[in-house]
Amino acid sequence: MGVEICVEGLTKSFGHQVIWQDVSLTLPAGEVSVMLGPSGTGKSVFLKTLVGLLRPDRGSVKIAGRDITRLREHELYEVRKLFGVLFQDGALFGSMNLYDNIAFPLREHTRRSESEIRRIVLEKMDMVGLIGAEEKLPGEISGGMRKRAGLARALVLDPEIILFDEPDSGLDPVRVAYLNQLIVDLNAQIDATFLIVTHDIASARQVPDNIGLLFRRELVMFGPREQLLTSDEPVVRQFLNGRMQGPIGMAEEKDAAQVEQELAQLGDGGRTETPGSQALTPRLLPGPLITRTPRWEEIARREAELRRREVTRA
Amino acid sequence: MSLSPVGALRQSGHLFAMSLDVLRALPRRPFQAREFIQQAWFVASVTILPTALVSIPFGAVIALQIGSLTRQLGAQSFSGAASVLAVLREASPIVTALLIAGAGGTAICADLGARKIRDEIDAMQVLGIDPIHRLVVPRVLASMVVSVLLNGLVSVVGVAGGYFFNVILQNGTPGAYLASFTTLAQLSDLWAAELKALVFGAIAAIVASYKGLTAQGGPKGVGDAVNQSVVITFMLLFVTNFVMTAVYFQVVPQKG
Repeated sequence: MGVEICVEGLTKSFGHQVIWQDVSLTLPAGEVSVMLGPSGTGKSVFLKTLVGLLRPDRGSVKIAGRDITRLREHELYEVRKLFGVLFQDGALFGSMNLYDNIAFPLREHTRRSESEIRRIVLEKMDMVGLIGAEEKLPGEISGGMRKRAGLARALVLDPEIILFDEPDSGLDPVRVAYLNQLIVDLNAQIDATFLIVTHDIASARQVPDNIGLLFRRELVMFGPREQLLTSDEPVVRQFLNGRMQGPIGMAEEKDAAQVEQELAQLGDGGRTETPGSQALTPRLLPGPLITRTPRWEEIARREAELRRREVTRA
Repeated sequence: MSLSPVGALRQSGHLFAMSLDVLRALPRRPFQAREFIQQAWFVASVTILPTALVSIPFGAVIALQIGSLTRQLGAQSFSGAASVLAVLREASPIVTALLIAGAGGTAICADLGARKIRDEIDAMQVLGIDPIHRLVVPRVLASMVVSVLLNGLVSVVGVAGGYFFNVILQNGTPGAYLASFTTLAQLSDLWAAELKALVFGAIAAIVASYKGLTAQGGPKGVGDAVNQSVVITFMLLFVTNFVMTAVYFQVVPQKG
């Protein structure tokens, strides 16, 4: 079972530049959450703060009851064993082949025999569809494969929390769809707490239980998926619909008058949309071969209900 | 790197803090023997050939200078003594320092810097592994061992080069050159030089690791880090060399 992450009043700045301030949220145990935000709003910094790679200026991050912002270095290394992190480019060790990369945490932290390690590594490689690529070096494979290998390495110590730093960046839409399915399947199988940092709206609409949005140096909103997808908050609507009209500008933010004008042009403050964009996107469910946990049974039931109602309404 | 005095102080502070971290991680088990051997082999392989090639002309220059000087003074029988002294005491630690910083240190810094910007170091920390213990300690030890060995190599090649130039090219007498070997130099000179080399190896590896692990800003950042690490190491090494030499003359009584 996953672990709850409780973030309170988190503030981080580099020099005089405030990245974000007063971020408070709770990532519920075992659920999938997505953190959205325009480029350069410090999503990756947030992720690094959660694992204690960066220390915040203020605030606390409680994981299994321990505040990791106050831990000493060696205690931090202990707590980090709860984490699996998938970095943007996989962050594989360039000098080792995929097999050794994935076996690395097992060899460092456990006293398992080499045959046992082999079994676990091959199981995880099978999970992410990398069987047959054991001997390849990270430099020889595609970005998508590097990400999947990074994911396999993150999974190998059976983490309670898995963090994904832009799992969809640099991948084609088909591979993104596969990766999203993989994430959902994984959640149904290992029941860990997931946090995905991304700016891909399609994934954010389909995959998570909860969505958060970082903008203008603060957490605009964090809540269940349905709440954000149907929200009237201008920033949230602009971002989730990926359009130009709204508070988010090309460089930074726009001035208030211009935002008003644009929203008025959209008609009724942006309420009327292209048909269908307001409707809830169907949720991605675990594949047919995956045994679903009670939580996922419940989600599947709710989804089926929603679809039925939509059909009757149409 | 910012030019403000506070920035410079902060950098020195971080560098010193990392040296202490390395010291603290030194006795921690399990010792990374594999990494140590790989690194020692690697540092040796990038430094051995340049070291040998640099120390021959170095020994030769000293021989030439001393050769003409002793001839003018009519003290040719002492040319061997003087050139051994110069090679052993000063030339070999300095050549070792230059090569360890220039060839070994840059390689270490570039390697760690590339890993840093590819997020490998972060990934390692997240996997619960301390990069100081796993990567830096073996590199520091490897660099220390290799630089002690290099110092020996430089001494031998330098003295041999001196012999060649003095005896063959300047028509010195082999017997006088060899006989005067120990008139000025003594065994403690060698030990002092080896100690210097040990310290230089440690400094070069620690500075290179520090600069590598704090590299940021993409490939250009790694280039900058390597550049800075060489400059900082050279400055530190020459200062350290001066201090250690001064202390040595105070502590160890000299011959003659």
